[in-house]
Amino acid sequence: MDLKPTAEQQAFRDRLRTWLRQNLPREWTSRVVSGPDVPRSEAYLFLREWQRKLYEAGFLGLTWPKEYGGRGLTFMEELILHEEMALAKAPPILNLLGIGMAGPTIIAYGTEAQKKRYPSKILSCEEIWCQGYSEPNAGSDLASLQTRAVQDGDHFVVNGQKVWTSVAQAADWMMLLARTDPDAEKHKGITYFLLDMHSPGITVRPLRQITGDAEFNEVFFENVRVPAENILGGLNNGWQVGITTLMYERLALGFGLQVRLRIALDALVELAKRTKRNGGTATQDPIVRQKLAQLWIDTEVFKYTGARAVTKLLKGELPGPEASTGKIWWCETHQRLQDLAMEILGPYHQLVRGSDWAVEQGIWQHTFLRSRANSVEGGTTEIQRNIIGERVLGLPKG
Amino acid sequence: MDFGFSEEQEMLRATARKFLENECPSTFVRRMLDDPTGTTPELWQKLAEQGWLGLVYPEGYGGAGLGFVDLTVLMEEMGRVVLPGPYFSTVLLGGLVILEAGSEAQKKEWLPRISSGQARATLAWTEPNARWDAEGITVSGKPAPGGTVLSGTKLFVQDAHTADALVVAARTADGRRADDGVSLFLVPRTARGIEVKLLPTMDQTRKLCEVMLNEAVVGPEALVGEWDKGWSPLARVIDRATVALCAEMCGGAQKVLEMTTEYAKIRVAFGKPIGSYQGVKHKLADMLVDVENAKSITYYAAWAVDEGAAEAPLAVAMAKAYVSDAYRKVAAAGIQLHGGIGFTWEHDMHLYFKRAKGSEFTFGDATYHRERVAQLIQL
Ligand SMILES: Cc1cc2nc3c(=O)[nH]c(=O)nc-3n(C[C@H](O)[C@H](O)[C@H](O)COP(=O)(O)OP(=O)(O)OC[C@H]3O[C@@H](n4cnc5c(N)ncnc54)[C@H](O)[C@@H]3O)c2cc1C
Ligand SMILES: Cc1cc2nc3c(=O)[nH]c(=O)nc-3n(C[C@H](O)[C@H](O)[C@H](O)COP(=O)(O)OP(=O)(O)OC[C@H]3O[C@@H](n4cnc5c(N)ncnc54)[C@H](O)[C@@H]3O)c2cc1C
Repeated sequence: MDLKPTAEQQAFRDRLRTWLRQNLPREWTSRVVSGPDVPRSEAYLFLREWQRKLYEAGFLGLTWPKEYGGRGLTFMEELILHEEMALAKAPPILNLLGIGMAGPTIIAYGTEAQKKRYPSKILSCEEIWCQGYSEPNAGSDLASLQTRAVQDGDHFVVNGQKVWTSVAQAADWMMLLARTDPDAEKHKGITYFLLDMHSPGITVRPLRQITGDAEFNEVFFENVRVPAENILGGLNNGWQVGITTLMYERLALGFGLQVRLRIALDALVELAKRTKRNGGTATQDPIVRQKLAQLWIDTEVFKYTGARAVTKLLKGELPGPEASTGKIWWCETHQRLQDLAMEILGPYHQLVRGSDWAVEQGIWQHTFLRSRANSVEGGTTEIQRNIIGERVLGLPKG
Repeated sequence: MDFGFSEEQEMLRATARKFLENECPSTFVRRMLDDPTGTTPELWQKLAEQGWLGLVYPEGYGGAGLGFVDLTVLMEEMGRVVLPGPYFSTVLLGGLVILEAGSEAQKKEWLPRISSGQARATLAWTEPNARWDAEGITVSGKPAPGGTVLSGTKLFVQDAHTADALVVAARTADGRRADDGVSLFLVPRTARGIEVKLLPTMDQTRKLCEVMLNEAVVGPEALVGEWDKGWSPLARVIDRATVALCAEMCGGAQKVLEMTTEYAKIRVAFGKPIGSYQGVKHKLADMLVDVENAKSITYYAAWAVDEGAAEAPLAVAMAKAYVSDAYRKVAAAGIQLHGGIGFTWEHDMHLYFKRAKGSEFTFGDATYHRERVAQLIQL
């Protein structure tokens, strides 16, 4: 056990830190940043540019093989990247679904042609990805999905509907799960497609969220043609491929989210220090102090549990169901953090963007509301607990 | 960066698990509940032969010269079996203070004998005021002809009744700051003016005592470290002992999780194993999350004290706060999920539950350590 970085890791950290100092966009650093937010649409252009710069400087796709646009480094460098981004309060990565999921899954299951074609454009943010898994009747019970893909020569024809599809409105590609064998057992008749979102027959309809924004969508497919060569990982093998994606998703969540949690916590501490209460500051209130200290501990805990998972990865193990512990921990900690922010704001918590009285332009209200999705998106906490119970502890299915 | 255990550490774990499962089954633990010494001379000798009594002492003092991360491995295994006896008080309290602050003569006299199992020691630190900070130390040490006179009462002292030596923390000056004016004295338990009483406690696997110092006179050679400057080495020792305690707690919590998971697989209610009901499954999942997180923060704290890292006190405070809550919750859920049987004396769950409770308050509970965290991060 040695938590000190090696000389190479330290050199990487120094190089990154210098680069961040020189390249961080000023218009971002002057903003108040308070949450692990899915980027809001008004920032898309800006964030595309930011991601491209990061990529060109060699700081994205660290663990991906060099021949597919990556850097061939380890998850340790990835961890350092996220830490430094947090310390610098850098903007988030826009193409998160591409980098966290599509890329790694294509690298794991893709044909040589697919591996040459997609990953580098994901990194440079030339092509934004979305994830077309959930359907109106297939959320937690993903294997119930009904979107059909029927073979027609060297194409498949897709009909059906997806829902809750984040960034579909801006996406160029979709990780699509569709049923290709309706007669097979639920899990066995699904195929994973790489779908061009500019294909004819696709309608994206924004859904307004609890925050008032529209970041996720309904997506309708009407006779959309996908070339058979866009199947990833084999016909009717989509369940296995899709699950791999989810493992990476949780891993990516683990890295990125620890960092965002820390940024949010720092901002919350600042807020508490500025807020007057009972003749002192909120940080002097014993109960608020206890809650803040606990959040601090829980955020650190998340980091070290993540670091243990990384060590396992470096020893050659694949991301496993343990990643679910991180997902549960993160979302419950983050929701608690946002709850505390509302408590510290007191009556001001009611005022949203648009009010002259709103604290920090209402960003806390936004992140508070947004945080309710944390325990639903990417697999609900109930489902994560089932996974831990059944796949880690080996308990019988209900 | 590497957050895993080495091959040697994994080997230590395997050896320790096998040894402790053989030597310390719950029948043994239960026998020791009623045995006032809490251990047997045979087991104590075997612990010495394993090299565990001197594990973290330098080789020059008869130890094995290993670090706190190694010790963490061992403590986890001891926690799994709720090892009774004065291991903690001797090795991590009394012995560690001597190592940290003692003179060369004191180290030469005591550490080899502790390592070989010939001598036991403890730390008489806390008092009836039940405080963990420097201000809590009020037992007085007054200079007198021939040395120092110690007067007052120490409470919650681990294993004082079987210790050969007590390190007593006393107030030797009313400094402007509470941490200035604390001195440490190494006192034989049989010295005149010292009276030790075993306390009836909830967790009988860990014996606690009241130590009365009735104008006990100790010579100048008894001073450990510098006059009035005892708090800082004491605080360092307590930080390390706290990490070791956290590791022990993690081991206990892990074992509770395993026992409860096994039970949930075989106990049938309403025609199905109870582990298939989500009410039970989700509780077990939460237990796992707590246990894994407890280990992560404990390993980090162990590494930080081993390195003498600047963030060590913060790491320790975070670990103790987290692990105190986690072990209590896990042990309580362990009882709950065993239903009526979990409430019986015959079932082992209560051994863990009581150890969890005792450990929760040893060296400060979660609330105390959260406040420490708050101070250290400058809230
Ligand atoms: C902000 C946001 C962004 C999203 N982005 C995407 C995206 O980009 N792409 C995509 O494909 N999906 C996306 N999703 C969808 C998300 O994955 C689903 O919402 C999630 O899987 C839950 O499915 P559901 O909404 O149908 O709820 P349901 O599955 O209907 O669940 C309802 C409730 O029942 C519980 N429940 C269901 N089954 C069980 C069970 N077996 N045991 C215990 N409890 C159970 C759930 O935990 C939940 O509390 C997004 C969701 C949100 C909120
Ligand atoms: C102090 C005490 C006094 C008692 N006095 C009496 C008495 O006077 N007379 C008498 O008849 N009984 C008495 N009982 C027994 C008591 O009613 C049972 O202990 C209780 O009904 C639970 O049954 P069990 O112990 O068999 O646990 P189990 O039924 O085996 O339950 C084990 C665990 O599984 C959980 N579980 C079981 N089924 C499900 C499910 N479907 N969904 C979710 N979780 C489930 C339980 O909640 C529990 O956590 C007493 C018990 C105690 C502790």
